[in-house]
Amino acid sequence: MGVDEPDMTLGPDTSRNAPNGTEANRVTLRYFAWVREKVGHAEEEVSLPPEIATIADLVDWLRRRGDTYASAFARPEVVRAAIDQTHVRTDAALHGAREIAFFPPVTGG
Amino acid sequence: MAVRVEPQDFDIGAEIASLTSGRTDIGAVVTFTGTVRGAAGGQPITSMTLEHYPGMTEAELARVEAEAHDRWPLSASLIVHRIGELRPGDNIVLVIAASAHRHAAFEAAEFLMDYLKSRAPFWKKEARPDGNASWVDARESDTAAVERWHKRSAPKV
Repeated sequence: MGVDEPDMTLGPDTSRNAPNGTEANRVTLRYFAWVREKVGHAEEEVSLPPEIATIADLVDWLRRRGDTYASAFARPEVVRAAIDQTHVRTDAALHGAREIAFFPPVTGG
Repeated sequence: MAVRVEPQDFDIGAEIASLTSGRTDIGAVVTFTGTVRGAAGGQPITSMTLEHYPGMTEAELARVEAEAHDRWPLSASLIVHRIGELRPGDNIVLVIAASAHRHAAFEAAEFLMDYLKSRAPFWKKEARPDGNASWVDARESDTAAVERWHKRSAPKV
């Protein structure tokens, strides 16, 4: 098998490994409704430090990133989360997540 | 089974006709239509804007619909939810549940609405005549409405 052939196995995506050998956990963060307005943008890509294991960890980490995040997550208990477009609780593990979304309780219908 | 998320209005009669066309196994069709109220908390509103989470919205609505089909013998169903800016009186949401008999259709339509309101990622923002706008808060009564279905699915022993 040539080196240019795509890797079709389900193992870790080594192309995402950081130069120093630790995996750079790249995820897309998405924000909706007033969470989006307070954060100031709808979407961003971030590299998560390895110690960020759960939604609750991520919220704590985001709150330390600046005033807009601190404002959006001032009352984290009223912010809901989804991993890869499925509702999750704050203790949900981020391992393998590609897209993590934060939003207020839904009000459709 | 079908779900649609779109800005344009829907025609309830046309949707029922489309769902039941050529079907003779259906004996009951229940529809629910949600519309925009012209006031919130005693204050008039000029418009309501619906934001959603493209992709997750459709996935959640499909999950809710599949759950209804698991619980009741439904012959057909449809969920249509509008997005974007709506005016007082406009349609917001349409749910249709069709079954051989009315009880399943009535219950499934109510279940679909209760679950949709608690799970589908939509958010409403209301604009008032003074130009201010605010996000609608989730209601405790909607949480209670969905919880009664949990009780029913897991009876005490």
